[in-house]
Amino acid sequence: MNNDAPKLLQVENLRQHFPVRGGLMMREIGAVKAVDGVSFDIHSGETLGLVGESGCGKSTLGKSVVRLLSPTSGKVFFKGHDITHMRQGAIRPLRQDFQMVFQDPAESLDARMAVGELVAEPLVIQKMGGRVTLQKRVAELLNRVGLPANAAGKFPFEFSGGQRQRIGIARALALNPDLLVLDEPVSALDVSIQSQVMNLLLELQREFDMSYLFIAHDLAVVKHMSDRIAVMYLGKIVELAPADEIYNNPRHAYTKALLSAIPTPDPTAERERVVLDGDVPSPIDPPEGCAFGHRVNHSRYPESIGQELPLVEIAPNHWVQKCPCCVD
Amino acid sequence: MSSLLEINGLVTSFDTDSGWVRAVDGISFSVEAGKTVGLVGESGCGKTVTAMSIIDLLPKPSGNVLEGEINFKGQDLRKVDRSQIRKIRGGEIGVIFQEPMAALNPVHRIGKQLVEILKLHEKMSSRAALKKAVQLLDAVGIPAPENRISNYPHQLSGGMRQRVMIAIALACEPDLLIADEPTTALDVTVQAQILELIGSMQQKLGMAVLMITHDLGVIAQNCDEVVVMYAGRIVERAPVVELFANPQHAYTKGLLSSIPRIESERKSHLNTIPGQVASIQDFVSGCRFCQRMERGDAAILRHRPDYREITSGHWVETCPQCFQV
Repeated sequence: MNNDAPKLLQVENLRQHFPVRGGLMMREIGAVKAVDGVSFDIHSGETLGLVGESGCGKSTLGKSVVRLLSPTSGKVFFKGHDITHMRQGAIRPLRQDFQMVFQDPAESLDARMAVGELVAEPLVIQKMGGRVTLQKRVAELLNRVGLPANAAGKFPFEFSGGQRQRIGIARALALNPDLLVLDEPVSALDVSIQSQVMNLLLELQREFDMSYLFIAHDLAVVKHMSDRIAVMYLGKIVELAPADEIYNNPRHAYTKALLSAIPTPDPTAERERVVLDGDVPSPIDPPEGCAFGHRVNHSRYPESIGQELPLVEIAPNHWVQKCPCCVD
Repeated sequence: MSSLLEINGLVTSFDTDSGWVRAVDGISFSVEAGKTVGLVGESGCGKTVTAMSIIDLLPKPSGNVLEGEINFKGQDLRKVDRSQIRKIRGGEIGVIFQEPMAALNPVHRIGKQLVEILKLHEKMSSRAALKKAVQLLDAVGIPAPENRISNYPHQLSGGMRQRVMIAIALACEPDLLIADEPTTALDVTVQAQILELIGSMQQKLGMAVLMITHDLGVIAQNCDEVVVMYAGRIVERAPVVELFANPQHAYTKGLLSSIPRIESERKSHLNTIPGQVASIQDFVSGCRFCQRMERGDAAILRHRPDYREITSGHWVETCPQCFQV
């Protein structure tokens, strides 16, 4: 990663809360703090991996960043523009430059649209040329993601999972974006297809000099794709560091537990598993102190109650939550 | 000594709009008492259908076991009548499914679902069954089991639900546990908990496990023997260390080399297996991996390859394209 590269995306103290309504009048009785004070940057041409378990807020974070949600507070800057509260009409021209690819292409592609229309749709919305130009561009995109030219006239259901994900990628590429938010793009795919799609994403990144926010729960996949990795737990980033550093020298107790839980595909490997007790607490009523210390019932958990627990830089580019119970 | 479970030439077919298709096409393997056998392969390769054939839970009337033997403790399960199968399933053979929310009954308290099993199979009184149910929930690591027993499934987290599934599967101390993707729907830290639990219960009860998964990491860490399936057939089976160290079939090799590993170089090009599995109606009778790779002459695509045992317990399909001595 090049630290001097310009910052494409800056996220500052982002919060995304969802109201919980209840009672007779369906009044707001609480909030799901899905993303709760998250800050990070993505440089030009870089991949930031985002890992965490289900419900930790990683998908919500992805959606807030591309403004599919309206953030509760905090700031999102894209190429220096503050897009946090920009109106949809004002964002639209900027949207060419940031696009999203979803986990399940079977659900994110409109089943009644032909592949050609699906891939052309972003171009139509941005009024990027007439019929002939569009057809040419669609053919070019389909070819680039490895789909046959006759795919344009077919419908999503006629394709396998891996091919459908290629359609999703072609659609996201249509406008030559600078940033792709990839939300679990290979999780639904079989092993042999997964590696095909990962290779495609790596090639495209080099070819078009794109930045990726790569969201996934599979740590080996994230490690392979990313320059830096952010580990999320219950709405907060607990550790952020260059990819190799986070695997070689994890500092937060949750990162360590997560790494040790990966089953390595090697039957002779020594196992040193930190098996965690308990589940991730609910983001509706999170513990007052460190959420992870609470889960593992750490003896120093009480010290974290009422603390801010900010990220601090403990080594160059290696940020970890300042927590009395999770970091030595 | 004969094996606990011995499958010989199993063929399972489904009646579909495009005719009868063979989801499992003549497979043979065995599970020894107390051991763990992993059944691995990509979606649609027939791993779950194999499990459902063993316990007679195929969707009827479309799914049918057409040929082969399923010998469990010396008796062919295909020949015993349905009432007998019901005693074996849930009694001597426990089952865990991938999605506990779909397998548990949402309108009954989890205690009732456990008690039901114990009363049916072990002929326990309600009071004794309730006591045993609390013990079982405690054994699978559910905190405050005496309170949890009156919860409904939706009140539990995914990991807790899977623990309840395990408690139900183990209620009658089975000799064989069939675990169909038991951790696929779970997060890694919870997956580690559940695998640890299955392992410790296995030791305690001395039971065998048939572990069905697509995750080679889970296979490597938990199994004694591995059966690799491709397009309804077994392409290779071997003891786990042997299979990972010395894979012989082109498909196994491809599968092992295409997984990203923590220690591999970041952002490097991954190995891939080109193409995709043919749809089931189009399967050739010969080597189906050659069909995917678009290689091999007419004879290879027409004649089903034989198996050869290359070292003790290491069997491989001997397609001349996919296996070289």
